[in-house]
Amino acid sequence: MLIRNLRNRADVRLEGSEEVVDGRGLVLLPGFVDLHCHLRQPGFEHKETIATGTLAAAAGGFTTVCCMPNTEPTIDTVGTLQHVVEIARQEAVVRVLPIAAVTRARRGAELSDMAELAAAGAVAFSDDGSPVASSSMMRHALEYANSFGRVVIDHCEDPALTKGGAMHEGQVSERLGLPGWPAAGEEVMVARDVALAAQTGARVHIAHVSSAGSVQVIRDAKRRGIRVTSEVTPHHLTLTDEWIERGAYDANCKVNPPLRSEGDQLALIEGLLDGTIDAIATDHAPHAMADKACEFEQAAFGISNIETAFASLMGLVHAGKLPFDLLVDKLTRSPAAVLGLDLPADDWVLVDPDAEWTVDAARLHSRGRNTPLHGHTLRGRVMLTICRGRVVYDALREAAIAS
Amino acid sequence: MTAAIKSQGPAVKAHSARNGQGHAAAEVDPDGLQPAGLPAPAPGPRRHCLDLDDYSAEEIRQVLDTADAMKEILARPVKKAPGLRGRMVVNCFYEASTRTRVSFEVAAKNLSADVVNFSAGGSSVEKGESLIDTARTLVALGANVIVIRHSMAGAPHVVARNAGAAVINAGDGRHAHPSQALLDLYTIRERLGGLAGLRVAIVGDVLHSRVARSNIHGLTRMGAEVILCGPATLLPVNLQLAGMRFEHDLDAILPQADVVMPLRIQKERAEGGLIPSLREYRQRYGVTTERLRRMRPGALIMHPGPMNPGVEIDPEVATSPQSVIESQVSNGVAIRMALLYLLAGVAV
Repeated sequence: MLIRNLRNRADVRLEGSEEVVDGRGLVLLPGFVDLHCHLRQPGFEHKETIATGTLAAAAGGFTTVCCMPNTEPTIDTVGTLQHVVEIARQEAVVRVLPIAAVTRARRGAELSDMAELAAAGAVAFSDDGSPVASSSMMRHALEYANSFGRVVIDHCEDPALTKGGAMHEGQVSERLGLPGWPAAGEEVMVARDVALAAQTGARVHIAHVSSAGSVQVIRDAKRRGIRVTSEVTPHHLTLTDEWIERGAYDANCKVNPPLRSEGDQLALIEGLLDGTIDAIATDHAPHAMADKACEFEQAAFGISNIETAFASLMGLVHAGKLPFDLLVDKLTRSPAAVLGLDLPADDWVLVDPDAEWTVDAARLHSRGRNTPLHGHTLRGRVMLTICRGRVVYDALREAAIAS
Repeated sequence: MTAAIKSQGPAVKAHSARNGQGHAAAEVDPDGLQPAGLPAPAPGPRRHCLDLDDYSAEEIRQVLDTADAMKEILARPVKKAPGLRGRMVVNCFYEASTRTRVSFEVAAKNLSADVVNFSAGGSSVEKGESLIDTARTLVALGANVIVIRHSMAGAPHVVARNAGAAVINAGDGRHAHPSQALLDLYTIRERLGGLAGLRVAIVGDVLHSRVARSNIHGLTRMGAEVILCGPATLLPVNLQLAGMRFEHDLDAILPQADVVMPLRIQKERAEGGLIPSLREYRQRYGVTTERLRRMRPGALIMHPGPMNPGVEIDPEVATSPQSVIESQVSNGVAIRMALLYLLAGVAV
């Protein structure tokens, strides 16, 4: 394939086909790397499968996705891990790197067989969906995983502070009468993890940082030379708790950690700019309709966003809040570096930074239609995704057929 | 806002007669049962009553004035009017309630509606049917109005969005209880002649109180000032709305208040560490007979019920001449008749 007239670089020739693509107005980038998504298989195939989830990833420009182990059964044994790897080999259209559980069944009581899991392909460990609640268990997990070069990713939430919490605790939750999930519920765990990283010398990775206070704790820790890395989601960077009120209790805005205030949002962007936050990770969390079409407090947590991530983040670029090159770095090199990986040489994504499109939940490739962006027009679009040298998503052809 | 406050006069019987004029629909009364002053059902876009935050002062006044007309019906030997004839009102209660459910039922029956009562205990909810499916089923069975009480905030909004019926929120979690707030506004207006410029103290567990939240919206919209008084652990400290403020010292604010409304305190609050004990709570925030003596002469005592006598309010205070607690209950029927009529009434 020959891609010509690109905006950001000279013509590119890729092995495999003789096709010539006119790249006028388009930008060719390395395929995006997602440190954090939920593919739901095995166990929750009605929400997503490895096949549909990776199609959605391809449509979002992601060529590598790390899937979280909160499946049924939990990815906490080599057998389950191999099962996931095998399905991915047969059905995934992009690279799938499994993350295994820190503790058996994510119950926080005993460590999973971490070294064996790492040898079988687990790129990291996380009990995501829940924190590793016991500080002592977390300490041992960090020490143990560090001995063979793996990082522990923590979902930071103090269950005593967040029990029953349905949305960010603040003005909006008070107006809506919804039980609050206070920022401190995250910050005390981030602070704990930083202290444990300092104590053990092992690296900890903080998942989906959502509050200004957490950014400050991580910033201070990095300044002190403590080994901590972190990620932030597209929705925490672009949406706030006000969306829940505007949507009259729209459960598609319910996510854990919750959408927070504008001040938090600004602090998260600041964290990306000064390097406190290493990566943007989607936390793509697809759910079935029934999981969301109910009372807000009963609705499942999570947003299906892997297909809208790039476009919604381009909103920050167009608004002058985030430089384009930094956005690309936070979606490619930087998340790969968190796992100690190099970017694959044959994964590419071709984007149109200016193309506008309107999100239609019914037309997502993901089984999860749970997007708060339905009906919203975004500026920035993934046009072509190439993984391992093969075209895995092609909006150029769709556009050509449509016209 | 200022103009609206100024036009807020004392409650007078003339309201209903004045409103009747100019509403052609109200003049046609084939059964002779329509009260003289009953206005036509509300024109305009309002379909639901979910909270008072989206009610203008004018709209609130319309509900209160309509309730005046409804009180005339309630004063008759035969308390019946045809305003909801042929309409089906379903009381859909997912949470235990006596006064609110009965009040809505009586209100709907007074207006000749067909009334169906539904509580979560004896329905498909027990078999796991979703709220939306239940609501759609009720509409398919002919419901024109769904009155819903639910333990979770926003449940009425979900129903309103998904079912083709008028929805009245009869209390959702700690969020809102608009009909209770309206009956409180009505009772205050009836007793004190107006709302603008009054100072209303809501005392106690405001954090968990839907009654308090709706009252804050309604009272401030009508130009009253709201003081939220309680321990910091039981106040929604993040809430910032014009016309309200937080206080922790009940004794300091008592002499300033025109209305004092203690809220029910639940025993479980002590278990969660929100208060040390009911004893200490009563000492600091109980509306006791001693405290009653320090209130302004003519100031009102209100309580949304159910009460914990001897905890947040002394029994002697509840039955004192300043107490309007019983009026709140009887006015509740008039207010709910007004709400039902304005949202779903048939012009006769």
